[in-house]
Amino acid sequence: MKSVEELLAIKNKVKGQMNVRSENGEDNIRVLVGMATCGIAAGARPVLNALVEEVAKRNLSNVYIAQTGCIGVCQYEPIVEIVEPGKEKVTYCKMTPEKAIRVVTDHIVNGKPVAEYTIGAVAK
Amino acid sequence: MRELSLNILDVAQNSVSAGATRIEIDVLENTGTHILTVRIADDGRGMDEQTVRRLPDPFFTTRTTRKVGMGIPLFKMAAEMTGGTFLIESEPGRGTTVTATFRTDSVDCTPLGDVESSICALATMNEQIDIVYTRAADERKFVFSSAEIKAMLDGVPLNEPSVMTWLSEYLKENAAALGDLQPGE
Repeated sequence: MKSVEELLAIKNKVKGQMNVRSENGEDNIRVLVGMATCGIAAGARPVLNALVEEVAKRNLSNVYIAQTGCIGVCQYEPIVEIVEPGKEKVTYCKMTPEKAIRVVTDHIVNGKPVAEYTIGAVAK
Repeated sequence: MRELSLNILDVAQNSVSAGATRIEIDVLENTGTHILTVRIADDGRGMDEQTVRRLPDPFFTTRTTRKVGMGIPLFKMAAEMTGGTFLIESEPGRGTTVTATFRTDSVDCTPLGDVESSICALATMNEQIDIVYTRAADERKFVFSSAEIKAMLDGVPLNEPSVMTWLSEYLKENAAALGDLQPGE
């Protein structure tokens, strides 16, 4: 059973790292998951969970995961947007948990966007 | 929606948009009467009577990106097709409560699914809102309050991935400890 002691240990560990980063830090990467009716119905929740798990597993301390609403292209949900400072936003569509993991490894960790999952490639 | 838990996540997003500071979500199962009650109550800005009346109409929405709003109509349909009930009570400035009941012995009852995953997503993506989740199976009950977790975290955000992972397992284990819930889960 998950214990409160475990949570306190996580808190202390994260607190130790918090000095070296901040919510508005320059190298922060923001990951936005569309969570309106269209996104949820299309499977956004497992995609969100996969992103969280992969980011936690890799201990990526500069990645912030947040939800967003409907961006108006419901047919391409689940949609994940990656926002990196100084770079153009990348919009991934028709996401699955498997694709989400690849986006974390290829794009977020190695800096190479997965072209075939982007809206530009899928919406042809 | 493939699971009622997705409807719950979706309907609760309306509470988020309504500027709620507290959202209560109850999932109460009675195996004797075969009634499942789902209640989502918020202290958001609420709606007037006329707006509430128009909600079940899929062609009514407050959004501007498109002309349809499917969230409430889908949830209402999911409840009513089991022989259950659906009710929205709202008052401007006071908040809104959505209550749906489902007959779990109906063949048309959508599986409840992973409610804890929805609660986890809702709580961690909306740090500013206190989520109170009550899950009951007959007389057994589990109550989760995100405010208590936030107090323990002492400034560490709920959307910190390691915290989210902990929370997700914490919720799942506590719900599972209630014992056998809806058949087929």
